[in-house]
Amino acid sequence: MFAEIFSILYQFADVFAFLILSAAGLAIIFGMMGVINMAHGELIMCGAYVTVGLVHGGFPLPLAQLCGTLSAGVIGVVIELVLVRKLYKRPLDSLLATWGLSLVVTQGMLIIFGSSLAGIGTPEGSFSVGPYTFSTYRLVLFGGAIAALALIYFIFMRTRFGIHARATMQNAAIAQALGVKVGNIYALSFGIGAALAGFCGALYAPTMTLIPTMGATFIVESFVTVVVGGANVLLGTAPAGVLLAAVRTLLNASQGQIVGQIGMLLAVIVIIRLLPEGISGLLARRSR
Amino acid sequence: MKQHCKLVRGLTAGVFLAAASMGAALAADPIKIGLLEDISGDLALIGKPKLNGSQLAAEEINKAGGILGRKIELIHLDPQGDNARYQEFARRLISKDKVDVLIGGITSASREAVRPIIDRTDIPYFYTNQYEGGVCDANMISNGAIPEQQFSTLIPYMVETFGKKVYVIAADYNFGQLSAEWNRTILKKLGGTVVGEEFIPLGVSQFAQTIQNIQKAKPDWILTINVGAAQDSFFEQAAAAKLNLPMGSSIKIMLGFEHKRFAPPALNRMHAAANWFEEIDTPEATDFKKRWHAKFPNETYINDMGYNAYTALYMYKQMVEAAKSTKLADLRKFIATGNACVEAPEGKICIDPKSQHTSHRMRLIAVDDKHQVKVIKDYGTIQPYWLGEIGCDLTKHNDKKQYSPTDLPKKKG
Repeated sequence: MFAEIFSILYQFADVFAFLILSAAGLAIIFGMMGVINMAHGELIMCGAYVTVGLVHGGFPLPLAQLCGTLSAGVIGVVIELVLVRKLYKRPLDSLLATWGLSLVVTQGMLIIFGSSLAGIGTPEGSFSVGPYTFSTYRLVLFGGAIAALALIYFIFMRTRFGIHARATMQNAAIAQALGVKVGNIYALSFGIGAALAGFCGALYAPTMTLIPTMGATFIVESFVTVVVGGANVLLGTAPAGVLLAAVRTLLNASQGQIVGQIGMLLAVIVIIRLLPEGISGLLARRSR
Repeated sequence: MKQHCKLVRGLTAGVFLAAASMGAALAADPIKIGLLEDISGDLALIGKPKLNGSQLAAEEINKAGGILGRKIELIHLDPQGDNARYQEFARRLISKDKVDVLIGGITSASREAVRPIIDRTDIPYFYTNQYEGGVCDANMISNGAIPEQQFSTLIPYMVETFGKKVYVIAADYNFGQLSAEWNRTILKKLGGTVVGEEFIPLGVSQFAQTIQNIQKAKPDWILTINVGAAQDSFFEQAAAAKLNLPMGSSIKIMLGFEHKRFAPPALNRMHAAANWFEEIDTPEATDFKKRWHAKFPNETYINDMGYNAYTALYMYKQMVEAAKSTKLADLRKFIATGNACVEAPEGKICIDPKSQHTSHRMRLIAVDDKHQVKVIKDYGTIQPYWLGEIGCDLTKHNDKKQYSPTDLPKKKG
């Protein structure tokens, strides 16, 4: 019995981690700037590729993952400065521009690095509960998801930058009038969002096939989590992750992966029908 | 005056040259070969070797004088794994480029997308992949291995060696569904049981739940017919969770070269039945591999689809030269004689007149914990017999259907 309960909790943690890690970066960029970043999957791929490349080059895995995360962040800042900055008043065009970027990047990576990279293998370590054996690394992924949420909370609620960022989010013009350097805030926020995407790629890199289009496997989960969570990453993303992970885990366990996926998407449709602004919209209205 | 003379001489020479080159162009009008192979998108990994195989064969054939003295010209379009693009590009190759033959397609979904379009024309179509079998189609010639060559060898071996309880993970589309049906049919005859069967949507990359379902069902071995780069992540995740069960497949190792892509021991104890894998070391195979790697030094692995794409062009050359025509009807007349055979790197392979599928030299291979491939069993040449047995006879009827163990043709008369 204990083994069964543990197994359900473990599966829940696993799905939750996947939803949160793939959505966090997208949620920040969407929530802060209203930009739908279609190159999100490619930032994830960037984190994974840098990590794997460095491990092949002899770096220890955690250090390589840190570098993967940071490199995606730096690239994010560059994307903001060069591309997205000009398009804040044209949300549809920014969607198109980032989508174009994603196409160029996947095809470019295919041409430069070939159709796949050799895998690096998941770090050793497993444990058993009852008849089941589990990979320890999956718990690291869950820890990573919690850490990402904690970090977002800390940056946006406990730092000076966070106050400026939230002020910019509420009303950019007034914030600017009060002396906040809105341009810098946007560039940094985009960088943080990109770094979180890179973090997702870095964490999942050892467990997955590495191909230029690997970001696409995260895209559905990241978008539905952001849609259900709503525009406020601090209020919405975590509850959205809990809700969707619960639906998916229960259906996966009882009916298999197909029903799990269908069920999750149905849940999303129902939720956005009832809560057009997502969970954060509901919570914000309550608190008003 | 002198100048004028020069001009006249020049003009005359020019006219002669032009006439000569026109004549040559008429005699050597190239044979156009339409290729639909994915070299970008999710399947680029396994599709690139297919294009390379066609290019290598075309280069060799052209160097040796072409087909019936005509050069061959490859016209390749990249459908990027998208079935709508497959249809669009097939139409374009047929009506705009006017190709003499169409070759390509990776997934069974893409083949079924293209087949109705080809069936309305009178050009031949070569499908160069291993697949779930059963297509009895007058326009189609299949060059890959099929269930009576793969599952009928692999599954009995797995049941004998590891046990009767099987867990199946399969990609959720026609290939996975029909392959799982083959497994049920063969297993039933052997007295085995399917203790679990899980169909996975394409693009899914997370398998923690599946791994636990497998542990709960306690199978003796797993049949892995998961497809695509995302679903291949299963192997890494299963190894990390110490699932450690024997596995069997009709598409792993020789097709997806997972043993080259994942860090060992993720593919430990994987078994597959194959007509080609790069580790074959007969003199013919070694020579073929040398030529391939000379032309494509960066190739990670020559997979069976790439190899089949290479032999398909030689098979086409042999058929056209024997029939002295590129017309489908003439080629089929020749196939009906049973003499459509080529000496391929695997050995002699022939097209079966009834089903237009290819005989293959089949071997059972296994991967160890260091990801070394070794041959466990050599079955010799296996004929594609199943379609003929259930009543498909393309020498008599122009059928266009796909059959499966639970969907057999109605008895005639």
